[in-house]
Amino acid sequence: MKKDIIISGVGGQGILSISAIIGMAALEAGLNIKQSEVHGMSQRGGDVQANLRISSDTIYSDLISHKSADLILSVEPMEALRYIPFLSPDGWIVTNITPYKNIPDYPDEEALFAELKKHKNHVLVDADRIAKECGTARAGNIVMLGAAAPFLDIPYDMLEFGIKKIFGCKGEDIVNINLKAFKAGMEVSEQVLAGK
Amino acid sequence: MQKLLLLGAEAIAQGAIDGGMSGVYAYPGTPSTEITEYVQDPELARQRNIRSQWSANEKTAMEAALGMSYSGKRAMVCMKHVGLNVAADAFMNSAITGINGGLLITVADDPSMHSSQNEQDSRYYGKFAQIPILEPSNQQEAYDMAYFGFRLSEELEVPVMLRITTRLSHSRTGIVRKEEQPQNELTLPKDLKQFILLPSLARKRYKKLVEARPKFEESSAQSAYNRFFDGPDKSLGIIACGIAYNYLMEHYPNGCDYPVMKICQYPMPRNKIKEFEEKVDELLVLEEGYPMIEELLAGYFRKGKSVHGRLDGTLPRIGELNPDIVGEALGFEVPEEEEVPEIVAPRPPSLCVGCGHRDAYSALNVALKEYGDGHVFADIGCYTLGALPPYEAINSCVDMGASITMAKGAADAGLHPSVAVIGDSTFTHSGMTGLLDAVAENTPITIIISDNLTTAMTGGQPSEAENRLENICEGIGVDPEHIRVVVPHHKNHDLMVEMMKEEFEYKGVSVIIPRRECIQTLARKKRNKVAGKRV
Repeated sequence: MKKDIIISGVGGQGILSISAIIGMAALEAGLNIKQSEVHGMSQRGGDVQANLRISSDTIYSDLISHKSADLILSVEPMEALRYIPFLSPDGWIVTNITPYKNIPDYPDEEALFAELKKHKNHVLVDADRIAKECGTARAGNIVMLGAAAPFLDIPYDMLEFGIKKIFGCKGEDIVNINLKAFKAGMEVSEQVLAGK
Repeated sequence: MQKLLLLGAEAIAQGAIDGGMSGVYAYPGTPSTEITEYVQDPELARQRNIRSQWSANEKTAMEAALGMSYSGKRAMVCMKHVGLNVAADAFMNSAITGINGGLLITVADDPSMHSSQNEQDSRYYGKFAQIPILEPSNQQEAYDMAYFGFRLSEELEVPVMLRITTRLSHSRTGIVRKEEQPQNELTLPKDLKQFILLPSLARKRYKKLVEARPKFEESSAQSAYNRFFDGPDKSLGIIACGIAYNYLMEHYPNGCDYPVMKICQYPMPRNKIKEFEEKVDELLVLEEGYPMIEELLAGYFRKGKSVHGRLDGTLPRIGELNPDIVGEALGFEVPEEEEVPEIVAPRPPSLCVGCGHRDAYSALNVALKEYGDGHVFADIGCYTLGALPPYEAINSCVDMGASITMAKGAADAGLHPSVAVIGDSTFTHSGMTGLLDAVAENTPITIIISDNLTTAMTGGQPSEAENRLENICEGIGVDPEHIRVVVPHHKNHDLMVEMMKEEFEYKGVSVIIPRRECIQTLARKKRNKVAGKRV
């Protein structure tokens, strides 16, 4: 088993929590992981990404090679496209559709979605809306984690373990909201996969 | 044993803790910050009583760590690469004093300059000081090196450098811990003159250091981190240093076709390298950073066997390595690169919405309008982002504290007004001495200390002189009438513009302190308060 995943978004959108949860889950499942993150200057509203590599064998490089990512998981639609050079020909794009507009020349949304749909394997998720329905707009990144779950090859229990570990200190209510958000995200991808 | 999921930086902290460290000294700097933050974790601090508060700068940190080593305890000092420039005086001389308790100097380089002004390679500093260097190839090795590093330092009687790079520091993986070692007891050096570098004594100490070289090489030769792996194809031998070893093995998960020498402890073991060179037709050197080893092996006239690497164009001369670059150098077919779709717009970092630096720059740009462009010397911190649109308000960013001294030099040359922009933490790191120079000559400069009450860029560490900046400036000798504090807020825009214009025309040193808490630390405090209530 080997998965190379690029997680992308804008500094401050919580991609490091997604990455940490998957990392913990993979470790719990007895897999090897390497998870390379961006700290420092670009966290101030710039584009950020994490390279997450999971494998049953030894992982050497902390970085993913061009055209070899199995999954681009993005919490922002334009940021998903920034890492296209890393996507393998059979890889999946799973992205939130809500734009984060902190630049003056943000592209036209319809054109952006058209570009995303050019790739045969894509799941577009209205994560912000789903998160609100689950109880908090702040769980958008966990909705996206859920949407990515069917592509991870990590058992559900392990991911649940990761969520509980990350949010456990914030109380049971927060854990439950996030678990609900996770499942809601997962359903979106399962529907897309069922239609394939 | 249960693996811990740790960043490379955190693995070093855990390794040092388990290896019997009594204190860590550091000033925050990407990509080294997380080492000290990990040791500062309240639970750990309570359990082990390891000294871990932030220092004013890398020099004070280096010296304090040396003092702890003098006292027989194991100490670590951590910094980013450019921080070693600040600490260099103490660093170079610590090689000559030697150590008492084990001393680890952990330096995090930033090739490709993700969050830095340059990509200098700290291995040159280790070579310059003539001390051993450890360079882990992965996070587990980083843990092990920190764990055993103190003992190595004690055995070889010198400080040991632990050199890492951004990718190693900021990549997380499962780490296996070792048994906890007890901390050393307080013990004075056997020779109480060991640390006195008076010329007559320093000459003896320096001779001892130079004569220890064969011992250091022998340690490298015996090191478990330096390993030879044979391969069937002798047409090429690969010397892979530190993390570059991983980029190599990414292409040969089942063993490399060529013989490989993995180098993770320096000085390089000359005999082993010679044996290796004799086995192969040509050499390829993979190293993250400058072509230090390649240059050494190729020689000035390149008379021996061919040596490939960053100098002969086999690898790019600048920037960090990655699996694609290394693969290409090894002749692997690299898939045709797909372009980033045209629709994707650049998204550079920017000052946060609601940040006080924004208001300070808005006022500064208006106040300077009548004088034209080119008057502002800035410094290292979030406010360096004032270089980018929409503000484009600054004209320099060189090193910690350089804003004040460059403004002084420009004023000496006749530039008027000459303005410095510096943050609160950078001011106490390296700005205060420059201010003293300006006060001593009453140089007409205007210093804006944009005070957000924290070290913001690196994640909001405490600022050492919180709410004492006015007192410091007054103590250094700035006329209290020209130390002016204001809240940088939209509603104070006109007031700030007026204040700046007045101070530009004052023929002496003036300090304006726009003070408002960083909105990131403010938000975090609020979140913690809410979380605290729930508990």
